[in-house]
Amino acid sequence: MEAAAIIDILQPLVPGAVFEPGKSVDFATIYVPADRLIETSRALRDAPALEFKVLAEVTAADYLPREPRYEVVYHLLSVSKRMRLRLKVRVPSEGSLPTVQGVWRGAGWPEREVWDMFGIVFDDHADLRRLLMPEDWEGHPARKDYPVQIRKAAQTYEPLEVSEEEFRANIERDRVKRHRV
Amino acid sequence: MPEIRTETMTVNMGPQHPSTHGVLRLVLELDGEVIQSVMPTIGYLHTGIEKTAEQKKWQQVIPLVERMDYLAAQSNSLAYALSVEKLLGLEMPQRVNDIRVLIAELQRLASHLIWLGTHAMEIGAVSMLFYAIRERELLLNINELIAGFRFFPSYIRIGGLREDLPRGFHETVNEFLDRFPTKMDEFERLLTKNDIFRRRTEGVGVISLDNAYQWGLVGPIARAAGSDYDVRKYFPYCGYESYNFTVPTATEGDVYARYRVRIAEMRQSINLCRQAIARISPTGVWACDDTRVVPPPKDKVYTEMEALIQHFLIYSQGFTVPAGDAYVPIEGPRGEHGCYIVSDGSNRPWRVKMRAPSFMAIQAIPFIVQNGLIADLVAVIGSTDVVMGDCDR
Repeated sequence: MEAAAIIDILQPLVPGAVFEPGKSVDFATIYVPADRLIETSRALRDAPALEFKVLAEVTAADYLPREPRYEVVYHLLSVSKRMRLRLKVRVPSEGSLPTVQGVWRGAGWPEREVWDMFGIVFDDHADLRRLLMPEDWEGHPARKDYPVQIRKAAQTYEPLEVSEEEFRANIERDRVKRHRV
Repeated sequence: MPEIRTETMTVNMGPQHPSTHGVLRLVLELDGEVIQSVMPTIGYLHTGIEKTAEQKKWQQVIPLVERMDYLAAQSNSLAYALSVEKLLGLEMPQRVNDIRVLIAELQRLASHLIWLGTHAMEIGAVSMLFYAIRERELLLNINELIAGFRFFPSYIRIGGLREDLPRGFHETVNEFLDRFPTKMDEFERLLTKNDIFRRRTEGVGVISLDNAYQWGLVGPIARAAGSDYDVRKYFPYCGYESYNFTVPTATEGDVYARYRVRIAEMRQSINLCRQAIARISPTGVWACDDTRVVPPPKDKVYTEMEALIQHFLIYSQGFTVPAGDAYVPIEGPRGEHGCYIVSDGSNRPWRVKMRAPSFMAIQAIPFIVQNGLIADLVAVIGSTDVVMGDCDR
């Protein structure tokens, strides 16, 4: 199905939203405004003519120095209608967009990965933490202004030093806890 | 009688646990042997391949993406090559498509053999691993024959293949295809009706089709729950529509159903390999005729100035790809492999993103094993067939 045909189905379901067909060589692409993303997603999933029940993946691309800087890309799949669709949301730097976890449960990790790699914030995400990078990593590696090769001092931790008094106190506290009940 | 105090126990499984297929770490909250919650931690194998790919020329990305899902290397490179060819608007000759189908199916067999061996081993059938690895060795020999490299052949290139098939290729493949069905019977005699195996797997780790779709699971896991979605049938590539094969499905959605679906898939793959090898002539074209991408043949390079220049340009500067983006999915051994590429019109990719089926599967593991037993968790991880290289990229 062409992007224009899908927009025709969507328009009555999401009144007032401005959809824009995108150029593509493989399957339909639609630009969706970030503030109407959840309604649009729900309409795409539930409209009987579309039934995009599978969110295949979420990813993003950084178009530095262009502004709005990022495009978040959702690849949808409708098994019953044998269709694919690419949703794109333009996100400015320092911008954010809503999470679609409420529509497709599987969106959780892919959105976390996009945050981890690009620093794009998904509002109301249940668990927006680092996923692939270590928890204490600085910066978002997939951004275009993030250097490809950087040198970082290896993180080391001081050996645990416990004095004899602390050690005894620890054991004592543990014993108290175990005998309490 | 005093009240018995109970509390849940937190257990760390992995990242170095024999049944986590690499470096997957699971933090389990257990009530006795019952799993209350699971928190997977991934990223131990993250190597930044997608970032590295942005610094390479288009053709140089092939060996990189092959190292993502290291058990199905050539399904990664096929997905990538098809996406780039989509942007370039290239059509492959029939023979190239047939060879790609053959390679993709042999790769599926190799990957499923590792799954079969490790999955059975983890739930107690240790000897299964040796039988499976023995057969996979023959498939790796075929890789060595076509490219001199056993794991990551980089034989599939943008614009076709690296070179023509070697002498003796048909004999080696046919020998394997003649031998392998009897080995499949052997595997099935060991497992399919094995009482212990069935008790460990039947009714374990059930996921319904609706939930599988909700979690973005397609491929063998969804097909074991009643889906008939197979990219080869729904969105054919490489001429799969001209092949005669069926898509095995099951409806139970448990570990045993996933086992049966994959075993049946292997038999279909043998069938596809037979059809493909019968179509492939021993010598012939191995690339498309687009001079932008494919270097001219060597005899022309040695005799014609223009050919020499073209050869030099392709190997020094690479080729440019029209600006735009493309995503071509293929049916990998673990589900839908797809490569999303963005080009800005230069000789290097602007963005490369692989859709990783293992990534989605691990995300769903906490949901699948909730309130199950800890021993079942091992069976479920085995049945989802996750590869951490694919997950972490």
